[in-house]
Amino acid sequence: MIRLTRQLGRYTLQSLAKLGRGSLFLNHTLSGLTEILFRPRLLIRQLYFVGVLTFLIIVISGLFVGMVLGLQGYYTLSDFGAEESLGVMVAASLVRELGPVVAALLFAGRAGSALTAEIGLMKATEQLSGMEMMAVDPVKRIIAPRFFAGFISLPILAALFSAIGILGGEMVGVGLLGVDEGSFWSQMQANLDFYDDIMNGVIKSIVFGFVTSWIALFEGYDAIPTSEGVSRATTRTVVNSAFAVLGLDFLLTAMMFGDD
Amino acid sequence: MPEGTQLEETLVSIKNLSFLRGTRKIFDSISLDFQRGKITAIMGPSGTGKTTLLKLIGGQLKPDQGTVTVDHNNVHQLSLKSLYQLRKRMGMLFQSGALLTDMNVYDNIAFPLREHTALSEAMIRSLVLMKLQAVGLRGARNLMPNELSGGMARRVALARAIALDPMMIMYDEPFTGQDPISLGVLVELIKKLNTILGLTSIIVSHDVQETASIADYIYVISGGHVVGQGTPEQIENSESEWVRQFMRGDADGPVPFHYPAKDYIEDLLSYR
Repeated sequence: MIRLTRQLGRYTLQSLAKLGRGSLFLNHTLSGLTEILFRPRLLIRQLYFVGVLTFLIIVISGLFVGMVLGLQGYYTLSDFGAEESLGVMVAASLVRELGPVVAALLFAGRAGSALTAEIGLMKATEQLSGMEMMAVDPVKRIIAPRFFAGFISLPILAALFSAIGILGGEMVGVGLLGVDEGSFWSQMQANLDFYDDIMNGVIKSIVFGFVTSWIALFEGYDAIPTSEGVSRATTRTVVNSAFAVLGLDFLLTAMMFGDD
Repeated sequence: MPEGTQLEETLVSIKNLSFLRGTRKIFDSISLDFQRGKITAIMGPSGTGKTTLLKLIGGQLKPDQGTVTVDHNNVHQLSLKSLYQLRKRMGMLFQSGALLTDMNVYDNIAFPLREHTALSEAMIRSLVLMKLQAVGLRGARNLMPNELSGGMARRVALARAIALDPMMIMYDEPFTGQDPISLGVLVELIKKLNTILGLTSIIVSHDVQETASIADYIYVISGGHVVGQGTPEQIENSESEWVRQFMRGDADGPVPFHYPAKDYIEDLLSYR
C-alpha cells in the first residue's frame, strides 16, 4: 500500500515537472515568433514539410470517410424517408466533428511523429547542443518554425478534409444511391450555420493544431537522447496527441454546443 | 597552476568547481587554468565527466559551486545575450561532429556566418572555401554529412568551429574511433590551427599518446579530482599511481578492474 502511494506520488511529481518543462518550452517557442517574422523562409520550408506532405493522406482519408458517411447516412435516413437530408448530415458531421478530429489524429500520426523523431535525433546527435555552442538558439531557429507551421497547417488540412469528405458523400449519395442532387446541396446550405457549425469546427482545429504541434515538438526536445528514448518519445507523441485531441474535443463540444 | 603564470595569460579559469548529477558528485571542488595560446589537455578515464567540463565552460550546464571565467567573464552570471556573444568567440568540436544533417558541407560551414554576420554570399563563399582548404576538404563541399567518413565529418566540424575565427576551441574526444591516417591528420590540424590562428585549445581526451604529443599542459582527472597536472614530460614521469596507471594503461591499480561487488567466493556460493 505504501509502495503504491509512493509510486503514485512519484508519478504525480514527474508529471507535474514535465508539465512545467513543457510550459517553459512553449513560452520559449512562442517567443521565437519575432525571428520568424524577420525570416519567413524558415517557416515556408517547414510549411512544406509539415503541411504539404500531409496533404495526400488527408485527402484520401477525407474522401473515404465522406463516402462511408454517405452510405451509412443514406441507410439510416432512408428508413425515415429523409434521404434528402443526407447532405446536412454528412456536412454537419464533417465540419463539426470528424474534420477537425480525424485530421488532427492523422496529422499527429504523420507529421507529429516525424517532428518528434527529427528533433529527438537532432538532440541525440548533439545538433541542438552544437547550435547552442554556435550561439544560435535551437528553440527559436529549429523548433519555432516547425511549431508555427503545424499551427497554421492543421486548420487548413482540416478544412480540406471536410470539403473532400462532403464531395465523397455526394459521390456516394447522389452518384450511386440516387439522392436528389438539388436537395443534397440546398438542404446543406439552408441548415448549416456559418458560426455555429463551420466556425466552431475551425476553432477546434486551431486548438488541435496548437496542442498536437506542442506535444510533438516537446516530446522530441525532452526525449532521452538514445535510440530507445527517441522511439519512446515518438510513441508518446501519437498516444498523447490522440488523448489530448479527443479529450479537448469533448470539452470544446460541450462548451460550444452545450446551450442548444 | 603552472609556475610563473601571470593572471592575464589565463584565458579560461575554473575555481573550486563542484557539479552534481543527481546525488553523484562528478566534480568535487576542482580548479583548472587554461593558458592563452596554448594547447591544454584534460585526460582521464571514461565517465569522469570530461565532456561535462566542456559543457560547464560553454555555459550549457550550471555548476553547483564555484566559478568558470572565460576571458574575464563569469560564464554563469552572464545574461543569455552576453553568453551568446561570448559563445561566438568559442568554438567547440563535438565528438559526433554535430553537423546539421539536412545541409551539405558547404552550408554547414556557412551556417554560423549566415546566422551571425551580414556578409554577402560572395564573401561567405570565400570564407567557407578558405576554411575548407585549411582542413583539406574543399573538394567535398557538396557532400551531405551522411556521405562523409567519421574523420572527414570531424574535419568539417573543425572547419565550422573556426568559421567565426574564435579565440578558443574546445575539442571533445577528437581522436576517438579514427583510423591511423585520419588520426595523424587531426593531430596535425589541431596543432597547426593553434599555432597559425593563435588559438587557445582545450582538448578532452583519453588517447594518451596523441594528446601528449601536442599538448603544452595536461590535467589528469579521476573521481572528480585533479589527480595529476604538468607538462607531458612531467606527467610521463609522475610519481602518482593514478597517473601512472592511466598513462601506461594498466588494467588494475588505483582505478580497480572490478566494479565494486561483494566477495567473489561468497557470491558464487550464495545461490539457493
